[in-house]
Amino acid sequence: MIPELGHFALALAVAIAAAQAVLPIVGARARDARLMGAAPALAVGQMIALIAAYGCLIWSAVVNDFSVYDVAMNSSSHEPLFYRITGTWGNHDGSILLWCLVLAVCGGAVALFGRNLPSALRARVIGVLGIVSAGFLLFTLTASNPFQRMWPPPIQGAAINPLLQDPGLAIHPPILYTGYVGFSIPFAFAVAALLEGRVDATWGRWVRPWTLAAWCFLTCGIALGSWWAYYELGWGGFWFWDPVENASLLPWLTGTALLHCAIVVEKRETLKTWTVLLAIATFSLSLCGTFMVRSGILNSVHSFAEAPTQGVFILVLLAITIGGSLALFAFRAPAMAATGVFAPISREGALVLNNVLLCAICAVVFTGTTYPLFAALLHMELSVGAPYFHLTVVPLLVPLFAAMSVGPVLSWKRADLLPALLRLWWAAAIAALIGIAAEFGLHRSFAAAGFAGAAWLILGAFAEVIERIRLFRIPLANSWARLQAQPLGVWGAAVAHAGMGVTVAGIAGMSLAMSTIVAMTPGQTIGFGGYRWHVLDIRKVPGPDYTARVVDLQIMRDGRQVAVVHPSLRTFTQQKQTVTDTSIQTNLLRDLYIAPGGEQGGKMVLRLHVNPLAAFVWLGALVMALGGALSLIDRRLRVGAPARRGVVGVPA
Amino acid sequence: MDAVARRRLLMLGPLGVAAVGSGVFWALLLRMRQGTYDPHALQSMLVGKHLPDFTLPGQAPSAGFSNADVNSGPLPALVNFFASWCIPCVEETAALMSLRQKGVTIWGIAYKDRPLAASGFLTRYGDPYHRVARDADGRTAINFGLYGVPETYVVDRSGIVRLRYAGGLSSDSVNHMILPLLRKLA
Amino acid sequence: MIRSRFAAVLGVLLLFAGPAFALSSPSEMLANPVLEKRAEALGMQLRCVVCQNESIEQSNASLAQQFRGIIRRRVEEGWSDKRIIAWMVQRYGTFILLRPPFNPMTWLLWGAPALALLVGGAAVVLARRRHPTSPEPLSPAEQQRLADLLK
Repeated sequence: MIPELGHFALALAVAIAAAQAVLPIVGARARDARLMGAAPALAVGQMIALIAAYGCLIWSAVVNDFSVYDVAMNSSSHEPLFYRITGTWGNHDGSILLWCLVLAVCGGAVALFGRNLPSALRARVIGVLGIVSAGFLLFTLTASNPFQRMWPPPIQGAAINPLLQDPGLAIHPPILYTGYVGFSIPFAFAVAALLEGRVDATWGRWVRPWTLAAWCFLTCGIALGSWWAYYELGWGGFWFWDPVENASLLPWLTGTALLHCAIVVEKRETLKTWTVLLAIATFSLSLCGTFMVRSGILNSVHSFAEAPTQGVFILVLLAITIGGSLALFAFRAPAMAATGVFAPISREGALVLNNVLLCAICAVVFTGTTYPLFAALLHMELSVGAPYFHLTVVPLLVPLFAAMSVGPVLSWKRADLLPALLRLWWAAAIAALIGIAAEFGLHRSFAAAGFAGAAWLILGAFAEVIERIRLFRIPLANSWARLQAQPLGVWGAAVAHAGMGVTVAGIAGMSLAMSTIVAMTPGQTIGFGGYRWHVLDIRKVPGPDYTARVVDLQIMRDGRQVAVVHPSLRTFTQQKQTVTDTSIQTNLLRDLYIAPGGEQGGKMVLRLHVNPLAAFVWLGALVMALGGALSLIDRRLRVGAPARRGVVGVPA
Repeated sequence: MDAVARRRLLMLGPLGVAAVGSGVFWALLLRMRQGTYDPHALQSMLVGKHLPDFTLPGQAPSAGFSNADVNSGPLPALVNFFASWCIPCVEETAALMSLRQKGVTIWGIAYKDRPLAASGFLTRYGDPYHRVARDADGRTAINFGLYGVPETYVVDRSGIVRLRYAGGLSSDSVNHMILPLLRKLA
Repeated sequence: MIRSRFAAVLGVLLLFAGPAFALSSPSEMLANPVLEKRAEALGMQLRCVVCQNESIEQSNASLAQQFRGIIRRRVEEGWSDKRIIAWMVQRYGTFILLRPPFNPMTWLLWGAPALALLVGGAAVVLARRRHPTSPEPLSPAEQQRLADLLK
């Protein structure tokens, strides 16, 4: 009964989405206030219907209703409740329903938080979201329905892939999808602007917070995926340049460009056409990222669900969404005259450079990821792997990082480069010192350059703040007062840029990682990487739906115990799979990473890694997202919010 | 061309890129459904070349053979890699037996298999092979460019490999691919 | 190692069945750390032919394990990197090269960064040409006023 309710709610959502796709846009065109006024109600209605539908799916999984195909294939009563719930999106059909749910929530968010939007713009935005929703909901209902029943129901479900039985990966899809789908809002704003034929500073002001929110989620989502690969794939890498990973990176790159571009629209009313194109491109790449990896065309380590038969349906949907918006762009954008101008050396000039570089990186990653497909069309076989991406992306990152610190200290409209660079001399000097010291200490040029770059980014990030509070140029007390008066947006930008620096430091640290493989028996001790590794015991431990061989490993340094860790090999009884449960002992400055690799004649094979600064890779991403969140709560970003009280220079 | 027209053309650029992209995806999806494109399949480097040099011991009671034996035996012929531990190998035995009955010469190579397991496999599912050799360490298979079992190579009258079929043969693939090719090469 | 078409359905499941890292025993490693490092670097550049998108060094497929062994033996025998890679390509084609070769088929691929920058640069120049009227520079009086305001 409950699955049928869910099925019904899904069908209802399709109907509401269809109305949402048509009525508001027709209303906006005809200036019919009643039709436009229906938009928020429809968006909220669709959201409620999909929440109900998804709730029903979760309920079916919780009560182990194996007559529901989706539950039977991906859940089992032996599993902990948490994984039964997360299992609903750990598969193809359920994850697409989740995708639709997030899209509906985006529509609902615009309806609820966009009360003070001009009604025609709001109607169009919600209408465009409705068009996208209607297409994908129709796809869910007809071609990938998670509520399908099977009869007779199996006594036990097939259970979730043990690799997905992991808290990190379990919450990964909702976060990643919120990021992906969140970009549907800037997309809808862009299409609405094209329909209206008008882009202005207010528009930029509206788009930016939504973009920022989506960007924060996507940043976290990518970091979480990378972290999962780090500890679950078990050999210590964190980014594999795999098509699925690249697919998530592409919208992140254009989304980052969009974020910066929207500032220019807001402040200077220029780059409008470009911003609209970026908004369309970002969501288009999100769509490709979500769906193309499911078509089975791309070879990936991560593709857990392949559905070539549904591929054509998805391709048609993508063609309509992406092709339609780009055709509208080609048709309408030439008429949108840019009003602002910019000088090459200025804040907006630096942001243009940032855009060119980010988009160039995006183009390179895109080319590398899809090139094997083009080659396959010509009956050629080739692979494009990590070595290609390292060789092509790193040279583009260097100028990007160099400009990242300079850009924020340039003034709008017109700036002088030399004084700006002089303001950064101390950051450059410290970075160079760190680089030279690292080179002499480590004799590893890549790592040394990485540390220097990281220092440059982190110090440079706060250069603007230091500039704004006129540190050491006015009395400290006055600087302090200015510091407290700085808007959160300034802090947000600084923190986000510094986050990038933290990630770069992590990557540089990881390039110094050491690893070895040993076969050990209980009682044995070996020395590696400056630590003593002592196996206390190897024992058998039963788990809820697996049995584990657990190694108790004591790690010591200078005669003192650093940690006792318990890595294990888990053999899942139902799926007959063995999964490595790695142990990571981190103090943030270095990870001790232990992956067991199977037993050989009473000896346990262990792979030991010492990964310097590994945590920084993901910590940096979190800091970036935090910076985004800081900007997001800045009152200046909220249209309609009362102006901020007293500005600068209030003596403490 | 005036500035507005040029601008218009420029704005069509993104649409063009998207159109090319979706065209490629469309073509590949179509080929995937027709079965002519498998993203996981690998082209063989051996096609158009002679068999690599090898001399392998026999899987008793059969005598072993070398690439020279294949080239001097009846041609065209098939060389088939199999293993008792592989499920598609079991499934393709019927297709191989039917080829044998049609008088096709098939040289079998047991890949990374124990002698006892391989002979058990041959008695249980039938022995379609002219001779069976053992590639215990899989080194010969690597020289063939093998990436999984079963794999079947078609050798023409002059000893040149014309086709590598990766995966278990079915009556369908035998009738529509292997037999027509053998007829053409005869 | 099971046929790939089979694996297409089971996908990742098979890939990860068993211990989930590459070198499966310490005896696989070369005693000489310099040679081992070279062998590892080589393995990282070669794609596992059985699995989806992993290098030989990362994969735990038995064929990849065998390749690791072969590479290490060849390295010990004193083969050059080039020769080892050529040996692999001769058998498995350019598919196994994670770093694609530079040839007419891949000009576009390797040219992508330069091309992207060129297109981006051209777009910026074009866009700026449309607005040739950059703002008049500030007069000394205006600059003075600005400086006063900023104080």
